[in-house]
Amino acid sequence: MIETADQIFVLLKHWLVGLLPAGWQPVAGVVLSVVAIIAVFPTLFALTVWIERKGLGRMQNRIGPNRVGPLGILQPVADAIKSLIKEDIVPLSADAAVHFLAPLVLVAAVFMGFAVLPMGRNMTLVNMDAGLLFYFAMGASTELAVFMAGWSSRNKYSLLGAMRAVAQMISYEVPLLMSSVAVVMMTGSLSLTKIVAAQNHYTWGLPHWYIFTPWGFAGFVMYAIATTAETNRSPFDLPEGESELVAGYHTEYSGFKFALFFLGEYLAMFSISGLGATLFLGGWSAPFSFLTWVPSWIWFFSKLMLSIFVFIWMRGTLPRLRQDQLMNFAWKFVLPLTLLNLLVAALWRFLGEGWERWVVCSAILLLAYVFMGWEGMRRGHLGPRRYRYAE
Amino acid sequence: MSLVFYAIAGLTLAGALAAVLLKNTVHCALALTVAFAGLALLFLELDAQFAGFAQILVYIGAVAVLVVFAILLTRGSETPKDGVYSRNWLAGLVIAAGVFAVLGWAVLESARALPHETAAPTVTVLQIGNALMSRYVLPLEIVALLLTAALIGAVIVAMHEKEGQK
Repeated sequence: MIETADQIFVLLKHWLVGLLPAGWQPVAGVVLSVVAIIAVFPTLFALTVWIERKGLGRMQNRIGPNRVGPLGILQPVADAIKSLIKEDIVPLSADAAVHFLAPLVLVAAVFMGFAVLPMGRNMTLVNMDAGLLFYFAMGASTELAVFMAGWSSRNKYSLLGAMRAVAQMISYEVPLLMSSVAVVMMTGSLSLTKIVAAQNHYTWGLPHWYIFTPWGFAGFVMYAIATTAETNRSPFDLPEGESELVAGYHTEYSGFKFALFFLGEYLAMFSISGLGATLFLGGWSAPFSFLTWVPSWIWFFSKLMLSIFVFIWMRGTLPRLRQDQLMNFAWKFVLPLTLLNLLVAALWRFLGEGWERWVVCSAILLLAYVFMGWEGMRRGHLGPRRYRYAE
Repeated sequence: MSLVFYAIAGLTLAGALAAVLLKNTVHCALALTVAFAGLALLFLELDAQFAGFAQILVYIGAVAVLVVFAILLTRGSETPKDGVYSRNWLAGLVIAAGVFAVLGWAVLESARALPHETAAPTVTVLQIGNALMSRYVLPLEIVALLLTAALIGAVIVAMHEKEGQK
């Protein structure tokens, strides 16, 4: 019974594929999985938009959407219909072909990332040897789509937004990759399925997730910072800061193309949260050994939605950074710490089992964090703005 | 040589040709990206996962973005009035054909150099990693040193002369 609940989607797929003639089965299996991904994540997107609007409303002491359906739950449906029937405006001076292609490239590249995520036991679309590399290759392709959107619109706000977005994504991609490399070093594999399997053990009922090690915790924090910047979420939402740039690189998009950008942004959030859960939070494994009877996919999606909630929470809490703060933070604080974290991960590997490695690794990371923060504040790289007036 | 190969090869060639022939500089950069993507697909079609993904990550994710950034930050993407073709395009064509001939000759000769290879070898990412970290560690370190030197050089070129300002 437990086994069936855990594998219900796998069994369902096998049953559906089994109805077809043998020659079609491999193709049908892939198509079915792709359709499932394309159906599930946009549904989750609709739900998340509602949660975000309700949650932000709660944090800002207002009600949020409450007109369509009970508690406004059908608001996403209304929004979808509205975006479908709106006029699709292409500016006269825009580069029509590139303007048209940009949202498609973005959404396609983001969807590709889901292919390698293990969403449950035996629930990976493509179990690739180099899964993590594939994920980052697809993530890197979205930068170009953002640039295409901003450049082809022929609008100063779009172009500025795109430049900011691309600069920010390139800067934070380095810490993102570096913090994941520590996980790869410890697992000895780029395959996401193997990374989950390596964390799926229990001692005294507690899991061996990488976040519960000094290097894993530091790596997770830096990964979370980098993902927030990579998905252009607050406090790193400079590329679309509405008080400065109208809407950033998608200013000149309307109707369904705008909806595609919106969708792409949230899908990127889902997939990168899913990857974070896979790398540091044990993927689909349960948080306690007595909870392993709960189906694996429930754990994966719970972890994913938890990170989404933290994203929303941060958006409702933190003010936006300035461009120079953003860059200084990435290159002078996060990147050196991720490099140090690689060294610490290697130390952890070679110090052997025992309590010494906990003390040594934690001490190195804590000292580096305190010292670099202090030094950065003293030299004015981080912290409050220093005004320089003309003499 | 399957249909997939011809489709990908056609895409790559079309992208590369468009990169040379298009008038708008940003369009050229985007066409070049198509050629990069085609090359990555060719690697993947040959079962070289690592090379294919690294190609996408490095060339589409970094080099192409760098190219468009450089175009936007320097001269603007307007087409110059005196045409986009360089005056000595013939010499460029000859050099390109020469390089292509040498590379093609080397590839065709390599079949004779390794006569006993019958089946295509399967190379996993793990093997590539092990080879890079053990047998080829010196070349890897030299490349890393070269890149670091280039990075420091770029920073020095771009750095403001603080003393000069005061």
